[in-house]
Amino acid sequence: MRWGLTGAAVAFLGLMLILPLVVVFATAFSKGWSGFSAGLADSDSFAAVKLTLIAAVISVPLNIIFGLAAAWAIAKFEFRGKSLLITVIDLPFSVSPIIAGMLFVLLFGAQGWLGDWLAARNMRIIFAVPGIVLATVFVTVPFVARELIPLMQAQGREEEEAALSLGAGGWQAFFRVTIPNIKWALVYGVILCNARALGEFGAVSVVSGHIQGVTNTMPLQIEVLYNEYKFVPAFAMASLLVLMALLTLVLKHWIEWRSARSLAQIGSGPDRAIAPPR
Amino acid sequence: MDAQFKSGRLLTLTVLAALLPCSIAPVSAQVTLLNVSYDPTREFYEEFNAKFAEYWKSKTGATVEIRQSHGGSGKQARAVIDGLEADVVTLALAYDIDAIADNSRLLPTDWQKRLPHNSSPYTSTIVFVVRKGNPKNIKDWNDLVKPGISVITPNPKTSGGARWNYLAAWGYALRHNNNEESKAREFVAGLFKNVPVLDTGARGSTTTFAQRGIGDVFISWENEALLILKEFGADKFEIVAPSLSILAEPPVALVDKIADKHGTREVAQAYLEYLYSDVGQSLAVKHYYRPRNAAWINQAESPFSKLELFTLDEMFGNWRKAQQAHFSEGGVFDQISVKNK
Amino acid sequence: MSRAKKNNVLPGFGLTCGYTLTYLGLVVLIPLATLFLRTASLTWEQFWTTVTGDRALFAYKLTIGASMIAALVNAVFGLLTAWVLVRYRFPGRGILDALVDLPFALPTAVAGISLCALYAPGGWVGALLQRFGVQAAYAPLGIVIAMVFVSLPFVVRTVQPVLADLDQEVEEAAASLGARRWQTLRRVVFPAVLPSLLTGLALAFGRSLGEFGSIVFISGNMPGRTEIASLLILTRLEEFDYAGATAIAVVMLGLSFAMIFVINVLQAWSRRGAD
Repeated sequence: MRWGLTGAAVAFLGLMLILPLVVVFATAFSKGWSGFSAGLADSDSFAAVKLTLIAAVISVPLNIIFGLAAAWAIAKFEFRGKSLLITVIDLPFSVSPIIAGMLFVLLFGAQGWLGDWLAARNMRIIFAVPGIVLATVFVTVPFVARELIPLMQAQGREEEEAALSLGAGGWQAFFRVTIPNIKWALVYGVILCNARALGEFGAVSVVSGHIQGVTNTMPLQIEVLYNEYKFVPAFAMASLLVLMALLTLVLKHWIEWRSARSLAQIGSGPDRAIAPPR
Repeated sequence: MDAQFKSGRLLTLTVLAALLPCSIAPVSAQVTLLNVSYDPTREFYEEFNAKFAEYWKSKTGATVEIRQSHGGSGKQARAVIDGLEADVVTLALAYDIDAIADNSRLLPTDWQKRLPHNSSPYTSTIVFVVRKGNPKNIKDWNDLVKPGISVITPNPKTSGGARWNYLAAWGYALRHNNNEESKAREFVAGLFKNVPVLDTGARGSTTTFAQRGIGDVFISWENEALLILKEFGADKFEIVAPSLSILAEPPVALVDKIADKHGTREVAQAYLEYLYSDVGQSLAVKHYYRPRNAAWINQAESPFSKLELFTLDEMFGNWRKAQQAHFSEGGVFDQISVKNK
Repeated sequence: MSRAKKNNVLPGFGLTCGYTLTYLGLVVLIPLATLFLRTASLTWEQFWTTVTGDRALFAYKLTIGASMIAALVNAVFGLLTAWVLVRYRFPGRGILDALVDLPFALPTAVAGISLCALYAPGGWVGALLQRFGVQAAYAPLGIVIAMVFVSLPFVVRTVQPVLADLDQEVEEAAASLGARRWQTLRRVVFPAVLPSLLTGLALAFGRSLGEFGSIVFISGNMPGRTEIASLLILTRLEEFDYAGATAIAVVMLGLSFAMIFVINVLQAWSRRGAD
């Protein structure tokens, strides 16, 4: 019974998760290490890596600040329309990326609502770096907030109230009490947010314009290479993203281990967030 | 601590941060052209751009950098309409440039008359790629509608090449059925009944056919077919030329308003004209496009298949009419797909 | 706002709530508003014929149906996986546990390409399935596979903590009272994990509805057979038919919104259950 169940679970995960991973690495290294490194040496590929990092570096901090503010407002206060607010925060997560990209085209495109205004000022949003950043910000909005909200709701506001009654200012209470309490959930949210920012394909594809070496991100560059029949370089670049993903998972487990330890030290009950990472 | 003041300042900062990504287009001393093109031209333009930059430098002393954007032809046209600032467009079919002219007025509607040969410096046609030895013995279009034959083509709704495929089949059926529309429709419907996968672009279909091993025959641009033999091995695939096919004319055009805005009209015009020069034409041949100079085609070592070609205009009038009748919302292709399911 | 401050000494409500609303407004709500404004350029009849066309209806049915199947598959195997990961110790357990999150971190295009390579008739698994006459890639099954992949972590990660918190003593007590194994499972374990299982199911369903990147590679994209709603929107865009594209997008957006609302209700329920 026990081994049967274990076997079934392992088979399922093997078929769905491990084999696709093996395919990526097997193809990336099908021409050996030299084929792999040659695949990444291209200047357009390098530009794609840079652009992807830029998009992540801008969108992740924006969503950290947003996540902290939203979680504070939602977890520490009662107000009307709260569940509607949470639903709006969640929305980008299940909206099709095609729709997400289309939104920005409708807004900033030459035929869009702000198209003429932007053209008159010679400003470019879509088919340029700002559009890619905006699309990335849109799809990663929920990640940090959704990690923090359930945890901060579970923690209540007694500790901050105590700090205030002892004469601390609002910011002091926030930095000295709240942040230490939520730091692991925050880091976890950041990691997931970052992973999604690096890997977004659909939304960015709609607003990118695919100018080689200028507006192609890593996932778009993978598509380009794949379409040029350069399968080894395509999968070499894909394997970079997979490595990032695996690194993310290692970090995540290290964080869980640390947070479990710190909780054990404090001796408070394990307030594990019920909401899953998204 | 003044919370009110703090909150005000933070809000301002936030709004600024949110607006930060709005950059202003940089003005550079060096001339940069953006050529918005479709998928299969990557390798050709990579080489042509280098040759043109050399030529331009020797002629005027100025440096020109050409940037490329590739994607499905329709998607690329839409990007230009939505504001992708292309100085020149080099797309798969005239309708996509018509759409730019109609929807954005960035160039005049008679753009196709401005350069020789319908503004198509190179052409191609539609042929079949089959597996080595031609196991299903596919010789002509009428073999594709036989039961048990699996045909690979991209989706005519999203791929320019696939529209040429479709129209070539339609033209063949018209020619062989005394121009009876209903017979042609039946024929093309039968053909698409044999299609198991409709990729969104030509390169996707190539992968499906060559890498994934799906299908007995792949309807393809001739230039793409020759490239498949080169990339995947002539020992695995062979090309079959049907008795009759369409002369596919991928057009090029200067996008007037953008070029004027960038001040690149002169160099952009020269860039397009250079495609008609001997250098441009020989590069086109190298990348398996048919040159406009017929002498090149008839050379002994020419890779091109010999087959009878009809033009789109003689069979369908023009691209606007063909698009309207066949590929628009509710057009013949939609009717066929609904009936076939 | 004043109501919120009355019984609460904590500062920063105006700041954080204002910031949240401003940010959401700029990044999410204004863009979404353009969608509705663009759709409003259609008359009601035009809108109705667009969103209820044969192809559109089929695309919704396929998208929703495949998402449901994928969510159910994940409910069964996710519950099983969570159970095995929590209750059993075996070599490689830690690695498997870590890998469950992979679909969150892996770009969907990469997932699509490798799943397609794997499940196409010439692929490792596809060839095997082919022998049993089952076609995976380029068939609705391929869509389900891609959706199962992208939404795999949800059920596992919602059920796992609940199973871990569940007192094994209760089960042992039930067993000592003579309950058979499956009775214990059905009467004790299952009711405890049901709320979180439902949450995970709904999350997996919602995620599958919106999936695009991995599906285009594996589905075959045949109108009326394997064309999902997102692809239909893209097709409309390629036809320069913005209003048609936005109309279908509005329908899908409405579905997503309803889905998330259900999820949030379920989560509130499961939180109450946990208290």
